[in-house]
Amino acid sequence: MTTLKIKTQSNYPLEAEVITPDNFIGKTESEISEMPILLGNQTLKLGDLFSVEGDGSSEITLEGDLSRVKHIGTGMTRGKIVVHGNAGMHLGAAMLGGEIVVEGNAGDWAGSEMQGGKIHIHGNAGHGLGGAYRGSRHGMNRGLIIVEGNTGNETGALMRRGLIVVYGNVADFAGAFMLAGTVIIFGQMGARAGAGMKYGSIIAFHQPELLPTFHYDCVYSPIFLKLILQALKAQAVVIDQNWITGKYRRYSGDENTLGKGEILVYDQH
Amino acid sequence: MTLKINDVEIEDTYAEAFNMWGTRLIITGKNPKWAMQAAVTMTGFATSVIGCRCEAGIEGETQDTPDGRPGVSVLFFTMTKDDLPKRLIERIGQCVMTCPTTACYNGLQASDKLKIGGQLRYFGDGYQGSKLIDGRRYWRVPVMEGEFLIEDKFGMQSSVGGGNFLILGENPDVTLEATERAVEAMKQVRGAILPFPGGMVRSGSKTTSRYKFLHASTNDAYCPTVRGIVKTALPDGVNSVLEIVIDGLDESSVAESTRVGVLAACIPGIRLITSGNYGGSLGQYKFHLHQILGEGTPK
Repeated sequence: MTTLKIKTQSNYPLEAEVITPDNFIGKTESEISEMPILLGNQTLKLGDLFSVEGDGSSEITLEGDLSRVKHIGTGMTRGKIVVHGNAGMHLGAAMLGGEIVVEGNAGDWAGSEMQGGKIHIHGNAGHGLGGAYRGSRHGMNRGLIIVEGNTGNETGALMRRGLIVVYGNVADFAGAFMLAGTVIIFGQMGARAGAGMKYGSIIAFHQPELLPTFHYDCVYSPIFLKLILQALKAQAVVIDQNWITGKYRRYSGDENTLGKGEILVYDQH
Repeated sequence: MTLKINDVEIEDTYAEAFNMWGTRLIITGKNPKWAMQAAVTMTGFATSVIGCRCEAGIEGETQDTPDGRPGVSVLFFTMTKDDLPKRLIERIGQCVMTCPTTACYNGLQASDKLKIGGQLRYFGDGYQGSKLIDGRRYWRVPVMEGEFLIEDKFGMQSSVGGGNFLILGENPDVTLEATERAVEAMKQVRGAILPFPGGMVRSGSKTTSRYKFLHASTNDAYCPTVRGIVKTALPDGVNSVLEIVIDGLDESSVAESTRVGVLAACIPGIRLITSGNYGGSLGQYKFHLHQILGEGTPK
C-alpha cells in the first residue's frame, strides 16, 4: 500500500491526476515522490506536497483534508484508492476500473464520464455527480457510484449507462438528459428530475414534483429493479426487502424528447 | 464378464450417444407454480429431435435466481449450433413470454453465446428497453400483464444427447415401477435431463423402416407382442421394456445420470438392463454400462 499524507493546505487547487494506482504500480517511494503535480500554475513534485510512504502497490491511501485536491483517480483502470477525509473535484472522472472510497465528502463532478469501476462516497457529493462535462455528449457510461449523503444538481446528467445510488437527498435536475442507466434516490429529489431524458430510469422513494411532460403509466413491480437491488445487496448496500418485492408507480417521459425514459416512484409493499 | 446388481443382470454393452448443442435457462416466476408452468410448457413436445427439432427437459427447481424469485432450471438441446437460437426463440417467445409473471435468464456460462433476448426484444415494437446490470444485458419487453424480462445472451456448449438404457421386466407394472425409481434418482443429477414423458419412453425406435417415407420405426427386437415373429432381443420371462433417454451438458453428467438410474432400477422382477447402440458407427460417445457401474457398485 502507498500512503500519501498532505503536508500543507493551499488556497490554490492541486491538479492531482497523477494519483492513480496505474501510475504508482511498480514504482519506488522516491519515484512516486518525484512525480509532477500542478499547484495553481506551478509544476511541483508530489513529494513537495505529500509525505509518501510505501511501495508502488495497487492500493493508495490518502490522508488529510484533500478538498482542494482535484482529479484524484482520474482515468484509473485498476486498484483502489481510499481517501481518509474529503476529496476535491473530478474525483474518479473518466475512470475505467478499480475502486475509490471516500470517507468524507467529494467535490463537484465526481465520477463524471466514468466508464467503469466503483466510487463509494460516505459523505456528500457535489454537482454533476456521474454527469457530463459541458459540451460532452454523454456522462457516466458504466460503473457504480454510491453516495451515502446528499448530492448536488445534475446528478447523473446525460448518463449513458451505469448505476448511481444516493442514500440522501438530490438537488435539482437529477438525471437530466439521461440517455440510459439508472439513478436510485432514497432521499428527496429536487425539481425538474429527468428533464429532457430520452431513456433511462430514475427510481425515487419519495413522490417528487414531476415535470408536466411525464405521464403516469401504471403501478407494478418491475423485475429488472429486483435484479439491481439484489446486486446492490451483494455490494453491502442496505436494501429493505420491501423495496425488492414492492410496487412502483411508473411515469414515462420526458415527452419533450423521446419520452422513453421513466421515473419509478416506490408506492407500497 | 457378468455383472449383477440385486440379482438384475447388466448387459456388457454400451449406449451410443451423439453430439448436440445445449444451453441452460433459468425461468423465474411470482411463485413456483408459474415458474414451473412456463418450464413445463416450454419443454412440452421436446422429446426427440426426430419429431420436435429439439430436446428439452426440466433440470430442477432452484432458489438461486438473478431476481431472487422461485425458479426452474431447464436444459435445451438441438443437433446443430444454428438450430439452437431458432428453437429457443420459438419456445421462449411462445411458452415463457406468454406465461404470467415470468422472466428468463441465462444459466450457462460459456464462451459461445446465443442472442436470444436481443431478438425477442423486437416484440416490444419499439417500446422495449434494456438494462446492463453487473455486465449482463437484459431486455424489458412491455406486455399486457406488465413487463417481460429476458437476458440478452445465453451461453451454449457442445453437449451429449441420446445416452440411454433399457429396463426389461417380467411385467409392465414392475417395469414401470423400476423405471419410475430410476427417473426419481436421475432427477437429482444436475447437468442432465430426461426429455421423454415422465422421463421414460415406451416406444423406443430403430433407425430403419420398411416404409420409404419413414426414417425410424418401432424397435421390434424389444417388443414383447411380436417376440415370436421377429429376431427378438428379449430374454425369456421379459414381458415389458421401458427406455430412459438422457441428454446432458457434458459426458460426465450423462454417465452419472446413467449410473444412478441403473442402480435405482435394479429391483426384483427386473430381468435385464441393457443399452441401445448402432454398433458404434454413428455416435461420438459410448457409455459402457459395466464401466459406469464399475468399482464401488454393489454386485
